[in-house]
Amino acid sequence: MERKIRVLVAKPGLDGHDRGAKVIARALRDAGMEVVYTGLRQTPEQIVAAALQEDVDVIAMSILSGAHNHLFPRVMDILRERNVQDILVIGGGVIPDDDIPALKAAGIAGVFTPGTPTSATIDFIKNNLKRSV
Amino acid sequence: MSDMDAIQKGADAYDAGVKKSLAKFAERKERFVTGSKSPVERLYTPLNNAGQDYVRDIGFPGDYPYTRGVQNTMYRGRLWTMRQYAGFSTAEESNKRYKFLLEQGTTGLSVAFDLPTQIGYDSDHALSQGEVGKVGVAIDSLADMEILFNGIPLDKVSTSMTINAPASVLLAMYIAVAEKQGVKPDQLNGTIQNDILKEYVARGTYIFPPEPSMRLITDIFAYCSKEVPNWNTISISGYHIREAGATAAQEVAFTIADGVAYVDAAIKAGLDVDDFAPRLSFFFNAHNDLFEEVAKFRAARRVWAKIMKERFGAKSPKSWMLRFHTQTGGSTLTAQQPDNNIVRVAIQTLAAVLGGTQSLHTNSKDEALALPTEDSVRIALRTQQIVAYESGAAETVDPLAGSYYVESLTDRIQKEAEAYIARIDDMGGAVKAIERGYVQQEIQDAAYAYQMDIESGERVVVGMNKFQIKEAPPSGLLKVDPKVGEDQANKLRDLKAKRDNARVASSLEAVKLAATGGDNLMPPILDAVRAYATLGEICDVLRGVFGEYQQKVIL
Repeated sequence: MERKIRVLVAKPGLDGHDRGAKVIARALRDAGMEVVYTGLRQTPEQIVAAALQEDVDVIAMSILSGAHNHLFPRVMDILRERNVQDILVIGGGVIPDDDIPALKAAGIAGVFTPGTPTSATIDFIKNNLKRSV
Repeated sequence: MSDMDAIQKGADAYDAGVKKSLAKFAERKERFVTGSKSPVERLYTPLNNAGQDYVRDIGFPGDYPYTRGVQNTMYRGRLWTMRQYAGFSTAEESNKRYKFLLEQGTTGLSVAFDLPTQIGYDSDHALSQGEVGKVGVAIDSLADMEILFNGIPLDKVSTSMTINAPASVLLAMYIAVAEKQGVKPDQLNGTIQNDILKEYVARGTYIFPPEPSMRLITDIFAYCSKEVPNWNTISISGYHIREAGATAAQEVAFTIADGVAYVDAAIKAGLDVDDFAPRLSFFFNAHNDLFEEVAKFRAARRVWAKIMKERFGAKSPKSWMLRFHTQTGGSTLTAQQPDNNIVRVAIQTLAAVLGGTQSLHTNSKDEALALPTEDSVRIALRTQQIVAYESGAAETVDPLAGSYYVESLTDRIQKEAEAYIARIDDMGGAVKAIERGYVQQEIQDAAYAYQMDIESGERVVVGMNKFQIKEAPPSGLLKVDPKVGEDQANKLRDLKAKRDNARVASSLEAVKLAATGGDNLMPPILDAVRAYATLGEICDVLRGVFGEYQQKVIL
């Protein structure tokens, strides 16, 4: 039997807007994935530690505060320092189009902005996993 | 035959006619619902409001139960305060934006602080990295606050500050800036949000656990009732509860349940209800369903008045009045075809005005994308001015009263809200209901249902899930200079080298003493602020005594 895709939904930084993160978490769960939600105010270090401890296939981060240019790449740096290459990392939130190329270059595989249906995120995860499930 | 019998007869004939029409043409949908998914009937008549008593339930503006408004002349006397929430980057940049807004005709200021400030961290704290100056202005000490209000006479403007967990510190800074301008505390007008309960459920900028947080709040009530008598000591907020996904009735219910908890706490702390209740204020959202939103504001006033009079035995009519600020609904804005947001905001503005708001912030069209530019803020402000001066909505009091539909919706929202409040009372009040995660779960369920309705197409959002176009990426968005963090850290270093550090240390010791004991915290915090102790230093002392809140994660 196929195992379930495991996802860490994470809120990096000080932003308290978690409606989007929680809706996504629930939609991924309804789509048959196993979801762990970190809660608010996670540092990049805490997010990576949680991802490793929970052995997830995907880290999905949400930021609405504008701190994405700092915090998303930090998570990628720490993953690289730990030599982790098989976790798919995606992000969402209020993220201007201009910022997206740099985030992708840093290793954020998909960036989802307001108005994206949850089905688009689900499909993206299924089609871009770095590990086989 | 009585009037009602005649109406019933007419209604029966109407229904028979409708049946014939439906046999030929079905209606557009099987079910019609409000923005919050409550059923909507085809037609409303006096029959829907048969149980209503005009004098008891609706009454007159300026009179209990205030369904029609808290002042007797409403906007014929004075228009609502046009108050645009603003702040970003440094105190210098934000000061410029405030002066621009005042030149453009805003009548009050509303300060947005960045997240480190809201959570009591200085700009040079490790957790502040990447966040400094992003969602608001960075304030580390009185020195920043002096720059923020430079050239703005604090006896002439009223200022609202969106600050919660460290509200005492920012209020103290405001008082201290006023002192330097020669303005006395009793000349100050404004509001601090100071509403920690909704931070636990919907907004996230908590620091301390509920018990010491409630004590900080009641200390402010007690202090201001004597020293800063015209200050609104709290803005009990449904805005963020709604943004997190709640329905209109939940917004009223959870906000008022929080209000009940604050009144309870203050009475337990030994205050007389009529000493502090007149300075309680509220903050609501305005979404797109015009009639439901108007009904929501009217119902909220009625529910609160009843609670204050009947449950808490308040004697002063000022204690019964629910005065509120409104902000248009950020979560209703789309990143797609952002110009459409101007229209949404116009409808929401009308809802707030027809609902009798005391002040209003209108969102800018680009806020689903970034912080607003000056141009888009100007359109948002002009929207209020058009409603105020051109629409006619401000020329008479509560113009939708007596609409069979609106009165019926007002009753329904009141009933739903009261049922929720009763459930929360049974759990032991809002603090307990939040600790259990009940409120959070209700909001999340509504948020998820809302999203699923959008994805199924049952809920149409123009430009997003219907009438889409191919569009070029938006241009000209506001960007905050990433150097702000560094600049603030440098300013802090200079400040710490320059100030009287012995005085800072002794003033912080006094804060600690008051926090550990029971004395009102405002006087020692004010002394610490005057000595240029930083926000982070003061909050660290309080963290040491009070501990930090651990979020209950609910999915």
